[in-house]
Amino acid sequence: MVRGFPKGSRQLVSIDPINARGDLRLTRITKSYGDFKAVDDLTLTIPKGSFFALLGPSGCGKTTTLRMVAGLEEPTVGSIHLGETDITTTRPYQRPINTVFQNYALFPHLTIFENIAFGLRRRGIKDVKEQVDKVLSLVELPHLAERKPTQLSGGQQQRIALARAIVNRPALLLLDEPLGALDLKLRRQMQIELKWIQREVGLTFVHVTHDQEEAMTMADTIAVMNEGKIEQMGSPADLYDDPETAFVANFLGQSNLIKGKIDGNDGDNLVIDLFGQKISMPKNRSHAVDSSLYAGIRPEKFRISRTGTAVRGNTLTGGRIEDVSYIGVSTQYVVAMPWGQELMVFEQNDDGVPPFNKGEEVIISWEPSFTFGLRGDEDIEAGTEVNPEEIGE
Amino acid sequence: MSTNIKDATIPSIPIKARFSRWFGRNLLRIYMIFGFTYLFIPVAYTFAFSFNDSGKSNLIWKGFTLNNWKNPCGAPEVCSALGNSIKIGLLATTFATILGTMIAFAIGRYQFRGRSSSNLLIFLPMATPEIVLGASLLSLFLVFKINPGFWPTVIAHVMFCISFVVVTVKARIASLDPRLEQAAMDLYANELETFRRVTLPLVAPGIAGAALLAFSLSFDDFIITNFNSGTLITFPKFVYVAAARGIPAQANVIGSSMFFLALVIVIAGQLVNRKKAR
Amino acid sequence: MNFTLPKVRVPYLLLFPGFAFLFTFFILPIVNLAQTSTQTPVSGGDTGQYEQSFAFSNYVNAFLDNRDQFARSFIFATFSTIFALAIAYPLAYAIAFKSGKFKNILLVMVVAPFFTSFLLRTIAWKQILGEEGFVVPTLRSLHLMGQQTTITSTSVAVVAGMTYNFLPFMTLPLYASLERIDPRTIEASGDLYANALTTFRRVTVPLSMPGVVAGTLLTFIPAAGDYVNASILGSPNSKMIGNVIESRYFKIVDYPTAAALSFTLMAAILILVTLYIRKAGTEELV
Repeated sequence: MVRGFPKGSRQLVSIDPINARGDLRLTRITKSYGDFKAVDDLTLTIPKGSFFALLGPSGCGKTTTLRMVAGLEEPTVGSIHLGETDITTTRPYQRPINTVFQNYALFPHLTIFENIAFGLRRRGIKDVKEQVDKVLSLVELPHLAERKPTQLSGGQQQRIALARAIVNRPALLLLDEPLGALDLKLRRQMQIELKWIQREVGLTFVHVTHDQEEAMTMADTIAVMNEGKIEQMGSPADLYDDPETAFVANFLGQSNLIKGKIDGNDGDNLVIDLFGQKISMPKNRSHAVDSSLYAGIRPEKFRISRTGTAVRGNTLTGGRIEDVSYIGVSTQYVVAMPWGQELMVFEQNDDGVPPFNKGEEVIISWEPSFTFGLRGDEDIEAGTEVNPEEIGE
Repeated sequence: MSTNIKDATIPSIPIKARFSRWFGRNLLRIYMIFGFTYLFIPVAYTFAFSFNDSGKSNLIWKGFTLNNWKNPCGAPEVCSALGNSIKIGLLATTFATILGTMIAFAIGRYQFRGRSSSNLLIFLPMATPEIVLGASLLSLFLVFKINPGFWPTVIAHVMFCISFVVVTVKARIASLDPRLEQAAMDLYANELETFRRVTLPLVAPGIAGAALLAFSLSFDDFIITNFNSGTLITFPKFVYVAAARGIPAQANVIGSSMFFLALVIVIAGQLVNRKKAR
Repeated sequence: MNFTLPKVRVPYLLLFPGFAFLFTFFILPIVNLAQTSTQTPVSGGDTGQYEQSFAFSNYVNAFLDNRDQFARSFIFATFSTIFALAIAYPLAYAIAFKSGKFKNILLVMVVAPFFTSFLLRTIAWKQILGEEGFVVPTLRSLHLMGQQTTITSTSVAVVAGMTYNFLPFMTLPLYASLERIDPRTIEASGDLYANALTTFRRVTVPLSMPGVVAGTLLTFIPAAGDYVNASILGSPNSKMIGNVIESRYFKIVDYPTAAALSFTLMAAILILVTLYIRKAGTEELV
């Protein structure tokens, strides 16, 4: 339910929203542009003090959600609470929330010092030097105080943008793909530093990104978004090991999804028939609603052995190696199965055993508890990054 | 088998070919020299003749003197005309800049019904020949029995300058990243503070440029002024009328001074910009 | 439930003062001019007294009486536009591509001469090219010019003066347009087997068209209505329509004719400009 206060008026709540603190609660938030729903009936609680990631492909609504939390967009329907305070209709400058923008948005006409001091000054704080110096030390750039933003490198600008937000000790810090413009090495370094800063300062971070590795590295909790909705929310390990939808299975890392039928059970396990071959899977790792499902296994969980070798766990026979890629850390195989599907297998190069060759006949095996089960009506292409039809076919 | 580089003969290009290659590469540069010379001829002439010991008529060179520069108001009409031009210019610039900047913000920042018609209305005065602008305004003044003079001239100048101000400021506004204002609001600045501390400082150079443009258009205007000033003499009008009987050298002094002053302002502006970026 | 924005009012508030001003002092005068153009003198009244009689014959008469000047105005304007384009294009090109760190200085130098009063410049040309200057006597003594021929008081001088005076209006839009061309497109053209001339013809020129359109419009429109150059550098035989309109206001008082002429001029320009833009492609004008 939306409060009926006219936009722009001071919110008539018991405490000034600027002092609100607590968990962030989004309740049934929808953002529509005409017929298009950028965010569709989203409900989410972000616990105070956590590092939270909103992960998803472009256009999934994660940035729109972030902007609604910041106050830069308004929800069409729904409410936003910070602790007990309803901040849905408050303006951005009334909220104790600060944003690190994607292109940093540093004020070009102000020095670095004044950029950082901006928020403090607007809140009427006179003596800003100490706080600005402290946060400049935190991001390790104290010598840049008198420079202008255009004189800084991308990495430095990014850290100043962060400093500018942190210095205000907001209840919530929003980061809109802040590492997108940095090169790989710098990005990795910043991921670790951001995590450290969050722990050090104790703020709640909400990080929006499309990079699943980044989300998994940094966040305590990840919400995977797709087409305006949350597909699944949980810790990185939960999402990776036990995905509930094909989208999550494919978007985070890679998955092999094999169509199958539930054929009975065996104590705590289900027996699944995959094109005539039988495997087993713990009951609690299946999200199927009827007897049809997709059995999912991560490529690194597969083990390849020569036909005829003795193996443990689930087994699929009749595979033939179609492609071998040596990555250094691992060797990646594409294995063609008798029913026409190609499975991906990642083998770590940690035992000195020479890689298999193209054309070899192999058996694939894996530990049953690594299997996860998706509904039989899932679109198994969901979440795979590139749609071949989009490349001018 | 390796060849010692020093022993190999370097083929020499014949002089003729070398010259034509140099010529081809520098053709444009040579053209630029001619072009700029052409542009500066009348300016140089005006400047040179400002030192002419000519008395009333400045047509033939009579002798070098610094008197004209020492006493620029020696010919009295020159300075009163100059004064009028400056007064009109400052007033017209002020009003045109204020009105034009407001329009530029409206068109550049907001979506509203009639936005494209507004663009058209701004474009029309720039597309109308000055003679039509001047004559129509005079007709209107006559209908309302207002005599041409100082204020009608100011009004006419404001009228034709507004469009140029709008175009200049609008271009500057368009280059403004809206995320900067969002960042300001995110950092506790309300709408007014955001405008004051972020938008305005960043648009200011555009507004300054528009004001300078408006002033130079106003100062140098002849046709529209001619129709609407009646007996009031502005500097361009003075020169035009005086052309028949002889322009006093002091007018050359003024003209040259305007040139140098404008040059100084523009160069100073460039240096300030370069310093700001440092 | 949608939030309504009270901000909808703000743009109209901002527009109001400026537009009210323009309406009063631009639209209204033009409308008034229109209704003046169909007036006729009051019989038996003083000069300057007219009555509305919807005399559209004013237009016909005005045009027929002055068709020479009309033609001359448009011919002069066309020639000076073409000359200005020819002179300004290489200059703008040189500044945009071949000037390295001097770019800003050169740009200032292109505009600087025009800080001297427009009239002083034009009169300077008149004196340089006139009997008292040194050009004409020198050419005459070298027998490159007849003793009777002059440069001033000719159509050539008028066109030359117009070309010179409108040069910055042509150069700046050209420069802006050329400067915006990504140098990598030029490189790509070379990479795809085009020599310098072909690259210029097929890549640079088309990409600079917005500047060409803007420059020609900004030159042609004021040039067609100009009369100062004709007045200073020309003779009674080279009067332009602007001269006629001016004299109908100040010398021979004949407001309806002057108004009719003004509108005919405006209409002619508008038609030509519309045809031109349609042919050259619409770009955002403002």
